[in-house]
Amino acid sequence: MLNWDWDFTWTILPRLLSATVNTILAAGLGYAIAVVLGLVLALLQRTRSPIFTASVREIIEFVRSTPLVLQVFFVFYVAPQFGITLSPWVAGMLSIGVHYAAYLSEVYRGGIDSVPKGQWEAATSLNLSTTRTYFRIVIPQALPPSLAGMGNYLVGIFKDTPILSVIGVAELMHAANSIGAETYRFLEPYTLVGIIFLAISLPTAALIRAFEGWMRRKLGLT
Amino acid sequence: MSYFEFISQYGERILSGTLITIILTIIAAALAVSIALIAGLMRLSPNRFVRSVAAVYVEIFRGTSLLVQLYWIFFVLPLFGFTLEKFTAGFIAVGLNLGAYGSELVRGAILSVARGQWEAALALNMSGVQRMRRIILPQALLIMLPPWGNLMIELLKSTALVALIAVADLTFQAKQINSSTFLSAQSFGTALIIYYVVARFLITPSMRWLERFMARKMGEA
Repeated sequence: MLNWDWDFTWTILPRLLSATVNTILAAGLGYAIAVVLGLVLALLQRTRSPIFTASVREIIEFVRSTPLVLQVFFVFYVAPQFGITLSPWVAGMLSIGVHYAAYLSEVYRGGIDSVPKGQWEAATSLNLSTTRTYFRIVIPQALPPSLAGMGNYLVGIFKDTPILSVIGVAELMHAANSIGAETYRFLEPYTLVGIIFLAISLPTAALIRAFEGWMRRKLGLT
Repeated sequence: MSYFEFISQYGERILSGTLITIILTIIAAALAVSIALIAGLMRLSPNRFVRSVAAVYVEIFRGTSLLVQLYWIFFVLPLFGFTLEKFTAGFIAVGLNLGAYGSELVRGAILSVARGQWEAALALNMSGVQRMRRIILPQALLIMLPPWGNLMIELLKSTALVALIAVADLTFQAKQINSSTFLSAQSFGTALIIYYVVARFLITPSMRWLERFMARKMGEA
């Protein structure tokens, strides 16, 4: 029957909290990869070749419609067959980064599409190079409307980090699994993991919503 | 081993895993849709208590990871006296998780039905239930179908996590084949392609068909 053991709770809490640091680190690193790679994927869809654009879109579609856990397995187990042995952390960051890059590229694409046509024409008439047009004119204007979507995926990536425990990334879920295996107690570790996730993701989501509102007001959208 | 040999030897297991994944997806989807509808309507209830119960459910399931929820349901619920079979635990976790996301779609769609429709229903002296069932919900359904299509693909992907509690789905079979043969590219690659095909050529077209079907039924096409 159910009995919550407070002494046990206090013994495992430090271990779970230090694993939480790894979870946050994993989410941050994975997100950093996704933010950059997502932009690359969004820009690759804007080349003049329709075949190239279609293939990039199909690849994005593929990444978005297959499970992250399977992608993690694939990267971790297949890379050594090509002579590249990846540590769990590298394989984990790579797969979660690519997975979320596919999502973020869609967010950026929406942002870039929302930049008025006149801005492109103005840049052309000022004889700006393509690179300058993108980095000085288009992307700065595409970013604000993308921020809400970017924030949602930041929370999303954080909640997906437990999947990395399957290849042994020592994050929160991994720590809870080890505690469960060592002590045969599951109630406290798994419940605490849930509480820790809530304690981080709810305020972050609220913060992102507040930021979104502030941004909308600043841009005069409301 | 050539890929052809691989398929002739392990095709049957991959196929049975695919079948489990599809069945799991259908059951979890049915659960998610029903819960989303109930929780979405509860969040719009005039009663504050009903509203907060739904809000707590949505925040808990959207605020934590599906994997945490799955492990909690499978490993911790038995301590409360509810022992669930792993397949049941799997579809309940996936259904509850996606249902929380879906309830937001339901709520948003209901709120975006034009104001005049509510007023017209009121003017015709319809009861609250009648108004919701005959006027508001059908129109809300049309609004929320496209985002539900995305959610269904998320749901398919989510079912892969049940492999971690040893439900013999597609991901589980791929993992088993990999650990006995070390043919990682073949086993995981095949599974990835199957998920992609199911999502892109089974789920997406049927959701599109449903959208068109509903639009025709509503006389909007």
